[in-house]
Amino acid sequence: MRTVILALALVALGAVFRAADADELRGTGDLGIVIERTSGAVTIVDTTKHSVLGRVEGLGDMSHASAVFSRDQRYAFVFGRDGGLTKIDLLRGVIVKRVLQAGNSIGGAISDDGTLVAVSNYTPGGVRVFDSDTLDPVADIPAIAADGKPSKTVGLVDLPGRRFAYTLYDAGEIWIADLSNGEAPVLTKLTGIGKLPYDGNVTPDGRHYLAGLFGEDGVVHVDLWHEPLVAERILDGYGRGEEKLPVYKMPHLEGWGATGDVMLIPAVGRHELLAVDARSFKEVGRIPTYGQPVFAVARPDGRHVWVNFAHPLNDTIDVVDTLTLKRVHRLVAGPAVLHMEFTPRGHEIWVSVRDADRVQIYDARTFALKGELAVKNPSGIFFTARATRIGQ
Amino acid sequence: MGCSVTASAAGEAIDAAKLTNLVRQDCGSCHGLTLRGGLGKPLTPDSLADWDSAQLKHIILDGVPGTPMPGWRPLLSEAEAIWIADMLKRGAVQ
Repeated sequence: MRTVILALALVALGAVFRAADADELRGTGDLGIVIERTSGAVTIVDTTKHSVLGRVEGLGDMSHASAVFSRDQRYAFVFGRDGGLTKIDLLRGVIVKRVLQAGNSIGGAISDDGTLVAVSNYTPGGVRVFDSDTLDPVADIPAIAADGKPSKTVGLVDLPGRRFAYTLYDAGEIWIADLSNGEAPVLTKLTGIGKLPYDGNVTPDGRHYLAGLFGEDGVVHVDLWHEPLVAERILDGYGRGEEKLPVYKMPHLEGWGATGDVMLIPAVGRHELLAVDARSFKEVGRIPTYGQPVFAVARPDGRHVWVNFAHPLNDTIDVVDTLTLKRVHRLVAGPAVLHMEFTPRGHEIWVSVRDADRVQIYDARTFALKGELAVKNPSGIFFTARATRIGQ
Repeated sequence: MGCSVTASAAGEAIDAAKLTNLVRQDCGSCHGLTLRGGLGKPLTPDSLADWDSAQLKHIILDGVPGTPMPGWRPLLSEAEAIWIADMLKRGAVQ
């Protein structure tokens, strides 16, 4: 009941703030959105004041929803599970445009020039590309694999040069779509990379694309600076033949930040992180963790990585030092920690605690709880500074 | 959500609110919050028509080898699994 009242209060507050702010000048560099996964809504937050600026409803099925931002950091493009692509004006707190572009989707990316928004689809599979201004369709790229079958796509990221990289989940392929010469994509396909690649991401310099495999123990590495492109297996057989634990939540490859010398990658079906040298891509260590890692998010300076865990061990966060590869802190944040987002230079980290209907704000150096916001079933947290980063 | 504890056919107490939340949120992370599918298959009554509750219970408890569907036996009892299977067949979690 308390939750309902809080949610209603937030709606009312949002309306008041929007009205009050209509004539007030402000920037957007310290804003962000929090996905409310069960209400089909997002909450717009001010990360300086730790306050709620507004709330936007009518976004459909928001389980696993994510967002990218326009170059001016005023507009958010929100990707819903139901194929909805919604453009939100953060200053006015309203939907600018919404299209249902597919039956079932899993995230998206925005091109480096800010003109194209690409969406990764499960049904009908493939990737669709839209004009970021109007959300009019620009390109439809079905993912028909080498075996002739359509594939779900995952791990979609932007690459420098108006390109996108993504992974074909069913087929085990990595594709790069180059839209630098207008609207007809030129595709580069790397086939036979491994079984069931569940996610992919690119390093913050846009150079190294990594795809995690679910169907076998290993990660696929592509050095995008070396033509012709080659999919190279790293961390091969990291499970050493041991039986995987049941995986109750797929890990994600997100938030490497500027990790310096090592990258920490979730091991699938194991209570550990795999440490990889950021130049040689050889394994340099393992860090035992509280549960199966879901997100391993680097603080923007790269010194610490915060890790959350799969159900049912999802109330806890481990913090790992990337210099010593040792855990330096463990905290219990609350029931169902789903996502973590650092402020742009890493002084705070915002944590969504789904079953507590709360976003908790921690000092990223002292680990002290600094504040909290009431948000109904929060999941993904996305700050506008993502607009300035490659591979978001 | 307060008084949602019911008894299963086997006489074991079933926490309906807890299981409903589990299905929507945790099954939903792969199968979609509305259970219309995602990385995992749709779990709507139509899409489950070819399986009976006993078969679904088996899949829930032991998973599907070669796919990401895990066995939930470490976390769920037989009675809870059959309760979830029945609920999915009826379309009671939407």
